[in-house]
Amino acid sequence: MLASEAEPGSVVEISTMDIVLWGVLPYVMVVVLVGGLVWRYKYDQFGWTTRSSQLYESKLLRIASPLFHFGLLAVIAGHFFGLVIPMAWTRAVGMSQDFYHFNALFVGGIAGVGTLGGILLLIYRRRTTGPVFMATTTNDKTMYVVLTAAIVFGLWTTLASVFEGEHGHNYRETVAPWFRSLFIFQPDIAAMAGAPFSFHLHTLVGMALFVIWPFTRLVHAFTAPLHYLFRPYIVYRSRDRDRQSTGAATSGTTGTAARRGWSAVGTRDRDTRNR
Amino acid sequence: MRVMAQMGMVMNLDKCIGCHTCSVTCKQAWTNRAGTEYVWFNNVETRPGQGYPRRYEDQERWHGGWVLNKRGKLVLKAGGRVKKLLGIFASPVQPELKDYYEPWTYDYKTLVDAPLGDDFPVARPKSLITGKDTKITWSANWDDDLGGSTENGHLDPIVEKVRRESEDKIKFAYEQTFMFYLPRICEHCLNPSCMASCPSGAIYKRVEDGIVLVDQDKCRGWRQCVTGCPYKKIYFNHKTGKAEKCTFCYPRVEVGLPTVCSETCVGRLRYLGLFLYDADAVTAAAAVTDPQELYDAQMDVLLDPNDPAVQAAARAQNIPEDWIDAARRSPVYALAKVYKVALPLHPEYRTMPMVWYVPPLSPVVDLLRDQGHDGEDHGNLFGAIEALRIPVEYLAELFTAGDADRVTAVLKKLAAMRSYMRGISLGNDPDDSIPEAVGMDGQTMYEMYRLMAIAKYDERYVIPKAHVEQAHDLEEMGCSLDFEGGPGMQDTAHFGEASGRPVPVAVETFNALRDRQTSDEPPGGTSLRGRVNLLNWDGTGAPSGLFPEKALFPDKQHTEAGASPGSGTPAGEQP
Repeated sequence: MLASEAEPGSVVEISTMDIVLWGVLPYVMVVVLVGGLVWRYKYDQFGWTTRSSQLYESKLLRIASPLFHFGLLAVIAGHFFGLVIPMAWTRAVGMSQDFYHFNALFVGGIAGVGTLGGILLLIYRRRTTGPVFMATTTNDKTMYVVLTAAIVFGLWTTLASVFEGEHGHNYRETVAPWFRSLFIFQPDIAAMAGAPFSFHLHTLVGMALFVIWPFTRLVHAFTAPLHYLFRPYIVYRSRDRDRQSTGAATSGTTGTAARRGWSAVGTRDRDTRNR
Repeated sequence: MRVMAQMGMVMNLDKCIGCHTCSVTCKQAWTNRAGTEYVWFNNVETRPGQGYPRRYEDQERWHGGWVLNKRGKLVLKAGGRVKKLLGIFASPVQPELKDYYEPWTYDYKTLVDAPLGDDFPVARPKSLITGKDTKITWSANWDDDLGGSTENGHLDPIVEKVRRESEDKIKFAYEQTFMFYLPRICEHCLNPSCMASCPSGAIYKRVEDGIVLVDQDKCRGWRQCVTGCPYKKIYFNHKTGKAEKCTFCYPRVEVGLPTVCSETCVGRLRYLGLFLYDADAVTAAAAVTDPQELYDAQMDVLLDPNDPAVQAAARAQNIPEDWIDAARRSPVYALAKVYKVALPLHPEYRTMPMVWYVPPLSPVVDLLRDQGHDGEDHGNLFGAIEALRIPVEYLAELFTAGDADRVTAVLKKLAAMRSYMRGISLGNDPDDSIPEAVGMDGQTMYEMYRLMAIAKYDERYVIPKAHVEQAHDLEEMGCSLDFEGGPGMQDTAHFGEASGRPVPVAVETFNALRDRQTSDEPPGGTSLRGRVNLLNWDGTGAPSGLFPEKALFPDKQHTEAGASPGSGTPAGEQP
């Protein structure tokens, strides 16, 4: 635990492996994630779905799925709080380290256990309900392994801190600065290299999850229908809007015809319509 | 006033013999794919019966359609936007496969492959969902023709309701007195609750003809539409993970052909035509307080296409002249609003359905005849309608939110028409007191008779074709009738078969259908520019182009293949 108590970026030696893992891999991951999502959104709208299996089985799903999803939302919120908000800020508003720690462990623990319980229940359901298992692809299975691993390792880091108590690793001095440094393209590799193995593992599996994300059914998360709150109930596909966009005479701002450069694949109309 | 055009359908239930031809042809055209085994865009229910899916009309359970909240505002019965999003991780009210049925096939192969033995080989039922042996316990038409109605008859939500309201009065009568068929497709509502329920906004109503469609690219499989539709006419394709629904056969309708279910209807009971309606008045009409007044409100939304003011407003909305003309000749408008014999299905769901029903009269006639009365005499008929309170109440629960008088009025008109026309057929002078008794004049009644009894093809189906200038609004982009290679033209583009714009499905279907109907040879894929259109496949053999052509001598080919790969053998060419 010596390394973990070191000041970030001071003592730890940076190996080539560290550079690859914490300096290169995150950017590769982002490129694959964003590129993959764009590619899939453009070329596989038809495959972009939740692929719900509720038609086959509803009873277990109705407990397990909300448990998992709401748990996950809490987990995501927790990650945001832990990684994005600097320790200095929480100190500045008078939040003590103990209080933060307790909250992170208590709330995070509950959310993590809920998420894990949810996904285990979902996997159990998937395996034991005949039709659901029949509808499970290899892609799904791979995704479940990575997703479950990410949750398990994440929970492990949290639980480990509980047992280690005061002497536990403070990821807000290692992982979090590294995470933030990624966004300014000056990765603080040393800080991350100083984090214990459990955090490394969780981060790596997490990155793996994001890499496969665009190519699995998980994409449905990126089309969470929040716009439902604001759209009108009755949807007409309007003639006028299409006219504007396809009209040859107008130099419409929405029509691809008026735009320079390459046309998208497919018929012109399909691409300009309601997108 | 914002005038919009709406394709509508009327079904004359008197003529339905429950043959399911509409369902079968619809299924062959649209839902004979994996994932849609249980999906029936068109189904025919025996009433009384549970319907499909079972007990779909029990909205206390399924939460479909709209209701008025305490402030009299129209809200989705399944809950508002926030509630829907909170429940999105597992749709709270969702029919399962067991509410429909588990589709199956038989292992017919056993019949051929079974080794010689003492017992006859049996083709066992295999589930199409799990692939395992299954026990068939229900299907789309399990209670057809009142099958098992002594066991299950009480499960019909409407029987339940009528019984509750009239104590035990109907208990003994209903088994003896009536049974009729109710063919159902999507209602293509003016105020669709499926659309309002869709979190993705993938369900839309076409501006040109009001057909409600699911954008398969935008649908994300949240399944809220299945809950939202009180008619349960949106189905979840469990293979693609997308919602699917009746399309009103838009590729046919766009070129002026009737829907598959209408075209193949043996009883010729379906009518297709246009309504003009005031889109701005829909929400207010759907929010009328008394459910029994919803019918009148819906009537008010429908505009009179003969009214010059309406025509002018329609022109202002860019509705083409021939569409306005088609609306004037519309059989569905005539039956629904002029003669007032067609009623909407379950107006109390407040979705403003656009598939209408002429309630059945036949059981009344049969009953009178069996009792030794003259079943065609209008005095007897009128009396019988009054006497047969129970079926009228049942019909009223289906078509008028329980307003029995309205149904009686329709049945009287139908009875009067029979009686009036029989007098004429027998060579008597037209007895104008008969139409007057039901508030019509002789001329109108005769016209109604023409439409309902003679029912010529071009009077039943008045379908204006899609327009050139509207082409961009239609589902098939770039589709129009003057399309290069459209009807009448099927030339390839300048640079061979794969060049140019793809032929829209509607045009392709039109041509292929005509080819098949007018040629002596089995349909080929030659006119489809190398693409395959299964909408025209009649199930005979394999559609050409779907599979690579077979070599003439496969074995020989196989051995020689290594020597000359890619040297195109003319083996599989058409003779």
